[in-house]
Amino acid sequence: MTTLDTGPQTAPRANFFNDPVIRGIIYQVVVAALIVSFILWIIGNTAANLAAQNKTTGFDFLWRTAGFDISFSLIPWSRASYYYEAFMVGLLNTLLVAVVGIFFATVLGFTIGIARLSTNFIISSLATIYIEVIRNIPLLLQLFFWYFAVLKSMPAVRNSFELPFDSFINQRGIMIPRPIPDEQFNFVWLGLALAVIGVIVLRHWAKKRLEATGKRFPVFLTSLVILFGVTSLVFWVSGASVAFELPVLERFNFRGGLQLPPEFIALAFGLIIYTAAFIAETVRGGIQSVNHGQTEAASSLGLQDGDRLRLVVVPQAMRVIVPPLTSQYLNLTKNSSLGAAIGYPELVNVFAGTSLNQTGRAIECIAIVMTVYLCFSLLTSAIMNWYNGRVKLVER
Amino acid sequence: MQKALVSIAVAASLGLGATAAQAAILDDVKAKGYVQCGVTGGVAGFSAPDSSNVWTGIEVDYCRALAAAIFNDADAVRFTSLTSQERFTALSAGEVDVLSRTTTWTMSRDTQLGISFVGTMFYDGQGFMVREEDGIESALDLSGAAICIESGTTTELNAADYFATNGMEFNTVVFVDQDEVVKAYEDGRCDVYTTDSSALASERSKFADPDAHIILPEIISKEPLGPSVRSGDTQWFNIARWTYFALLEAEELGVSSANVDEQLGSDNPAIKRLLGVEGEFGAPLGLDNAWAYQIIKLVGNYAETYERNVGPDTPIGLERGLNALWSDGGIQYAPPIR
Repeated sequence: MTTLDTGPQTAPRANFFNDPVIRGIIYQVVVAALIVSFILWIIGNTAANLAAQNKTTGFDFLWRTAGFDISFSLIPWSRASYYYEAFMVGLLNTLLVAVVGIFFATVLGFTIGIARLSTNFIISSLATIYIEVIRNIPLLLQLFFWYFAVLKSMPAVRNSFELPFDSFINQRGIMIPRPIPDEQFNFVWLGLALAVIGVIVLRHWAKKRLEATGKRFPVFLTSLVILFGVTSLVFWVSGASVAFELPVLERFNFRGGLQLPPEFIALAFGLIIYTAAFIAETVRGGIQSVNHGQTEAASSLGLQDGDRLRLVVVPQAMRVIVPPLTSQYLNLTKNSSLGAAIGYPELVNVFAGTSLNQTGRAIECIAIVMTVYLCFSLLTSAIMNWYNGRVKLVER
Repeated sequence: MQKALVSIAVAASLGLGATAAQAAILDDVKAKGYVQCGVTGGVAGFSAPDSSNVWTGIEVDYCRALAAAIFNDADAVRFTSLTSQERFTALSAGEVDVLSRTTTWTMSRDTQLGISFVGTMFYDGQGFMVREEDGIESALDLSGAAICIESGTTTELNAADYFATNGMEFNTVVFVDQDEVVKAYEDGRCDVYTTDSSALASERSKFADPDAHIILPEIISKEPLGPSVRSGDTQWFNIARWTYFALLEAEELGVSSANVDEQLGSDNPAIKRLLGVEGEFGAPLGLDNAWAYQIIKLVGNYAETYERNVGPDTPIGLERGLNALWSDGGIQYAPPIR
């Protein structure tokens, strides 16, 4: 005979500590508490040690007179400037070399990457040699090489190499006349802005028309005509004029004009050459990832050569190229800190170097510099992720 | 999981315990068995490795003297080559026990960096070196010149001050590493190389053609160069400071590495106290009573280290000048040992 238990089914009584959910929570709380106390301990320990050594701390030094000179700055700088201005000078110099570097490294990298896939044996092997040599030599060595090669190859100041338009090349850099636009020139800027808007509208219209009627419109050529035509028309009508401040040879060096120091040239050059090698490999990988069948399919649809690349192959390749390309942009920006070694006054040289040393505020300076690089990187990532979102495969 | 938690907890509590006890530097040094000494990467005569990779120089000798006082072994030193950017961080972080590296004693460094200067091993001043072919005779002719400088130095500030004071234009090119500074000057990036005049002499001695470069007569600053230690450890500070004084005192009393053993029998009470024959001057420092004897025996007195490293008979060729003893017309002066 069997008895049937019809009473309510209860889970076997478990010890509260053995409940996996509660256990999980306990573990997490304990770990979080340990991490928090570890961080607090680090902060306390640092503060105690600094106090024991009678070391002053804080960010008040930013508003003190710096007292040193910086060779190259985009904003006015003198020895009477403050440390926060030194920070700005370093920041802008880093941004300048990063933006210039990213632009040219992208152009060069795409060119080399495509060259490597060329069916022409000489072109593809030259690209391969370039990539393999540049990629495998440490950047710092390359920067030293470029810097001292640049210096060595340039003539001394008194034997400066003369270029057209009162420009000069010598060991102190490249000097070109500085344009000084007058007030009327603001109209030209306004005209340029209007022309750009016009071009955007034109592109939009041409695309609409292409989709509606299948008729093509020469957008690129028309845009050039609009940009150039409108700007020069405004320049002529408004009577704007541009004066030039010429570089003039003095006792030691040229004065006036726009000067690009050899440190900048060497750093930008080194970063472009180095990063382009990595970008080239990324581009090659991206293009090779697109199945050849896609090209054939595009051909069978009757797409022209350019359109086949622009509309079918490149969009698919970009999905593969963009994430590693982002990393290369980040690397280039961070690598610009090596400029300190060849005397380019970027952020690390000016702020984590000279300023840190003159004030002794190591923790503060390094914290600021780390924050800046973190922001740069996050910003670059954000932009590239937005772009990646646009080019990624849209699934319907 | 629980094991991992336990080990994290143990590690954390060990870490907390370690901060509670502030260890004395002398005890650390004795436990290690050597003095960790921060020096320059290479300024001939001050601190530079020679052809057989042995460090020599007046600042290196100071570190050896310190080791001799503590261990009775002038080789119980390890050298860390530091750039002027790294030096203070390395010292306050405890990577080196003493910094003996062409470092100028200034008020802000003494009061804000958490370090203490021991004394002035070498009285120096900032000078300018130019190429002879440029035909410059005075620093006041330098308006508009490009100047090569090592980053994070008093040199950098003095140059800016000097040019601003005299209403001259200037353009500095700043490098982290002294080697790059010198190379850029040699390659013609700069018209002028500026640093302490002793270091200018030292660098010039290494040039392919030293005569093609001249050092201008103007000395634009006071540069008292001396060793420094971390603040907050009085005993270690006293050892560092009295090591330097012992070198001077030995020269003044005529005790050298050659005659130190004879001088043990001297009747001069000052010599007896210096060499530990009379009195008790080692214990308060935590050292043997013969600490100064060991320094003189193994390293020599101040005059010996000067003559051997930077004196007139060396390629650097610097006269004693201000660095002569007070009794010889200079300003090197040690308080009495008594």
